[in-house]
Amino acid sequence: MSIDVEFLKQKALWVRKETLNIHRIAQQTRLASSLSCVEVFVVLYYGKVLNFNPLNPKWENRDRFIISKAHGSISLYPILSDLGYFKMDELKRVGKEGSFLGAIPDAIIPGYEAMNGSLGHGLGISCGISLALKRKERSEKVLVLLGDGELYEGLIWEAIMFAGEHKLDNLIAIIDNNKVCMLDYCKNVIDLEPIEEKFRMFKWMAERVEGHNIGQLYSSLKRLKDDKSSKPKLLIADTIKGKGVLSLENDPLSHTKNIPPEKIDKVIEELK
Amino acid sequence: MNIEKRVMRDVFIERIYNLMFDDDSIFFLTGDFGSPKLDRLKEDFKDRFINVGIAEQNLINVSTGLALEGFNVYAYAIAPFLTMRAYEQIRNNLSLSAQIKELNVNFIGVGAGLSYDVSGPTHHCVEDISIIRTLPNIVFFSPSDWVLTERFVDYTVKNKKPKYIRLDGKPLPNIYEHKDIELEKGFFELRKGEEVCIISTGYMTHKALKVAEKLLIDKIQIGVIDIFLLKPLDEGLFYDKLSKYRYVISLEEAFINKGGLDSLISSILDKEGSNIKLKRMGLQDAYVFDMGAREYLHKLNRLDEESIIETIKELLKI
Repeated sequence: MSIDVEFLKQKALWVRKETLNIHRIAQQTRLASSLSCVEVFVVLYYGKVLNFNPLNPKWENRDRFIISKAHGSISLYPILSDLGYFKMDELKRVGKEGSFLGAIPDAIIPGYEAMNGSLGHGLGISCGISLALKRKERSEKVLVLLGDGELYEGLIWEAIMFAGEHKLDNLIAIIDNNKVCMLDYCKNVIDLEPIEEKFRMFKWMAERVEGHNIGQLYSSLKRLKDDKSSKPKLLIADTIKGKGVLSLENDPLSHTKNIPPEKIDKVIEELK
Repeated sequence: MNIEKRVMRDVFIERIYNLMFDDDSIFFLTGDFGSPKLDRLKEDFKDRFINVGIAEQNLINVSTGLALEGFNVYAYAIAPFLTMRAYEQIRNNLSLSAQIKELNVNFIGVGAGLSYDVSGPTHHCVEDISIIRTLPNIVFFSPSDWVLTERFVDYTVKNKKPKYIRLDGKPLPNIYEHKDIELEKGFFELRKGEEVCIISTGYMTHKALKVAEKLLIDKIQIGVIDIFLLKPLDEGLFYDKLSKYRYVISLEEAFINKGGLDSLISSILDKEGSNIKLKRMGLQDAYVFDMGAREYLHKLNRLDEESIIETIKELLKI
């Protein structure tokens, strides 16, 4: 394996800290949901699983990364700014007058490909992009990040069927399986598991990793990117909603919970 | 004059089919909805034709993805399902996204108004004028004949905005053959009148023309203006045509008082501080469960020729 796990762990720690700093000034941000996918983002960007070019976000050879669970991707802001998509100073005015960084990211942000404030749209859009790249015989991949709760949206299943039937083998869906939607554990709402079996029935290949384990995420994502089978690929990343903030972890109501500004420093100190 | 009746969708698809030979940027998607002309397109362009299944939401989203990568996309389905099942997809991924990105998705809804007369109210499409018109960044085309429909196809390739194309489901005679049309103006004055002018869109323009013809017997000359671009409409030019009338009648196979064609006209009159009186004709605040041919449904809802003539005579106090 050609990655420095320790370096990526440090990056993940930094991303969590910066995400909390953003939450301090923009309390409307969805903190718990943004903390579960930190390692996924870190591996994709700092682990260079994705091909990207911050100086030219529209670079033709980039892999397309669609963030369907946009509300839960505030943790991507520090990464995008660190990489040069926009200035670091922007992180200090999220949600403020004149900023383009909102509590829910929009496609006006360099690095975001599509509008995804409303759940369920990203997979279908990704199918269209995958299809377009295949027709043009291009080698770029399409990655899309979904939330597990997002699987409740009916149009997700329209897209799952479509991708499998049309053998969109350049498409990799990642589910941030943090197991909690807004009001409860998903298993208490409508149990979604076993997720991989459902996708496999619709002609996908599917695997599962520990979503905070950088080594597992990296090797799985690399393998899926290089996979030569004709199927679309699913990676279920088992994660913990609110990961790193003890008062949010394992709280079924963490989705809408805020950490008040005065407590942010203490929570940052507790991060490991 | 050749008054050949043709179905708009067939003409549209035939033109697209011909363009696809030279233009490999065109993708045609359908939500499991056909046309006799589609079979050939499906056979000859296997790699750029897809039936997504009965899945209007995914139809729009897959189209969005293709358009983000530069394809010119046609998304074809039954009008009420396309516009209302997939409304949020149209709002977020087309209307909203088109403000910041170029997205050439042409979503084609067949079955405008009461086209699907005996299929009942689930298949009638009487809300789309209001709900699509409210969306920014969308071009809204509502042709009254197949000649206009055919001419609009080339415009859909050049103009890279999302477009809603509202097509009638039934064969209709042509109105526009031999006429010079500037599509960008959005309307055409088909007849000049004295005191009254009917402003209509789609199928109802045929009815307006018949009414105008019949009124000549009583020596009443009415104007008829067909609006085919509900958005964007050249409002200044349009008002210039209206300003000479005392009365205008909005005539649509859609709900009135809810943001449809009538509201479009009333807001223009309002903006101009006009004294012209607007009479709104269309469907009242109720669905049509009655069975029968389109003409019968029109009679029940006072949209038949006789009712329109009566209304005009009442306005003129004749």
